[in-house]
Amino acid sequence: MIRFDNVSKQFSGHTSALSDITVEIKDGEFVFLIGPSGAGKTTFLRLLIRDTVSTKGVIHIDDWNISTLPSSKIYLLRRKVGTVFQDFKLLTDRTVFENVALGLEILGKNSKDISTRVLDVIELVGLADKRNSFPLQLSAGEMQRTGIARAIVGGPSILLADEPTGNLDPQTSWDILDILKEIQKIGTTIIMATHNVNVVNELKRRTITLNKGRIVRDEEKGKYHVTIHEKGKKEHADS
Amino acid sequence: MRKEKKNMRILNVWTHMRRSPYQTLAAVVTMFLTMLLAGLFFLATIFSSLVLQYFEGKPQITVFFADKATVTDADSLKKTLESTGKVASLKYVSKDDALAIYRQQNKNDPLLLEMVTADILPASLEVSATDPNYLRDLDPIIRKAQGVEEVVFQKDVVDSLLRWTHAVRWVGGILVGLLSLNSILIVMTIIGMKIALKKDEIEILKLVGASPWYIQTPFIVEGGLYGTLGAIVSWMIIMGVMLWLRPMLMGFLGMIPLISTIFGSLTTWAFAGVAGGFLLFLGLVGFLLGSIGSFVALSRYLKF
Repeated sequence: MIRFDNVSKQFSGHTSALSDITVEIKDGEFVFLIGPSGAGKTTFLRLLIRDTVSTKGVIHIDDWNISTLPSSKIYLLRRKVGTVFQDFKLLTDRTVFENVALGLEILGKNSKDISTRVLDVIELVGLADKRNSFPLQLSAGEMQRTGIARAIVGGPSILLADEPTGNLDPQTSWDILDILKEIQKIGTTIIMATHNVNVVNELKRRTITLNKGRIVRDEEKGKYHVTIHEKGKKEHADS
Repeated sequence: MRKEKKNMRILNVWTHMRRSPYQTLAAVVTMFLTMLLAGLFFLATIFSSLVLQYFEGKPQITVFFADKATVTDADSLKKTLESTGKVASLKYVSKDDALAIYRQQNKNDPLLLEMVTADILPASLEVSATDPNYLRDLDPIIRKAQGVEEVVFQKDVVDSLLRWTHAVRWVGGILVGLLSLNSILIVMTIIGMKIALKKDEIEILKLVGASPWYIQTPFIVEGGLYGTLGAIVSWMIIMGVMLWLRPMLMGFLGMIPLISTIFGSLTTWAFAGVAGGFLLFLGLVGFLLGSIGSFVALSRYLKF
């Protein structure tokens, strides 16, 4: 279970990224984190992997107070919380297999276990025939699948996805969503920050809406309420 | 399997070293110079200690008699010295005894044995005082005695050797210290550059949950390998020089039993053991120096 108690995050220059956030996410939930750019979605996710520290309040993952976690133990948290990035963050000099294996190598697993588990996960994300390809030989969708495979190969209980479909076409975005749904089915908690209106409205999962660092809506089967500003931006982009 | 994986990571380190050959060369050459100097001064210190021990173990005064001096002259001097009550021991070494000692010391060099006969070696009297302060009182008695050609005070030799040894240690210590600092700074700079080049990779490793140790180990091993490679090259050079100088070394220091045992024959376990031990010592010091350079770079450029 993830719990934010009155969490605030202020960056230098007094920019308030999150203000007084109190929220609870149960094990195995699939939660969308939505809101306009600068609403605080990425900061919310960064706090969960201690990529940044809250200015105020406490964050718990199960019985673990991650706000007070010493720097030398952060890697243990990150083994429990897998992350998928919008820009994939793959090692370009390693193959798909090697990128995914990284998630197990850092755990000190032996070669046989790594090989078996990595092939299973690569199969799950539909990249079996691309396992020996390098990232630059892959499409954006395939790179994102690789990123997902790497994030889940170590069996994290929580998966964070920061705009995982941001660089993808609609069909590929749905393929990625299908994979995330499969991962949720095995009990993994998924928190996905997104701007993708169609995905949120179609899947009807719990949706937390952030605006200017505050939670403005938290709905069980939420919808993406497009603001006038966002609508204008979308129309501009479409034209 | 675990071993296999570790080997893979070492191979990765080797690959990283090969990908930046000039940086690797700069680090290895600097380490080589440091280890060469450290090795040479280390050996100089060992040899000088052995020489010192040898002279300290010898009688305090050696009186050499002229060729024309008789055994009666020696006996007379012995009696005079004994009568002072300040002498702890006296040993007369005749020309024949001197030849026997010479033969024992040079038993491996037949050419030297052929050239020397008892006639050209002086008879001597080895004197030890009950108290080193009495040596000043005994000196005039010995010098006035019949048939005495030369008086050697071991204290003078030892004092002179001690002064040289101290000088060598000081100069060597300062030079090795400065070069070690230079090596650490060079390895630190190179590893710092590599950390900067691998910034993205390190960031990804951190985000996927790699432990600080997992991220740091390859850099520490890389720094250590620079030192070890430098140490191996310097060992080869030092051993080559030692083998080349071996005949001269045996000529000057062959009377010291340990040196004669080690360098008397190159096919003995003693020589192999000393050469191997010296390689291990240099290798470990080199690895340590390189690792320290890496540690400094990691603590400065890689924050967790």
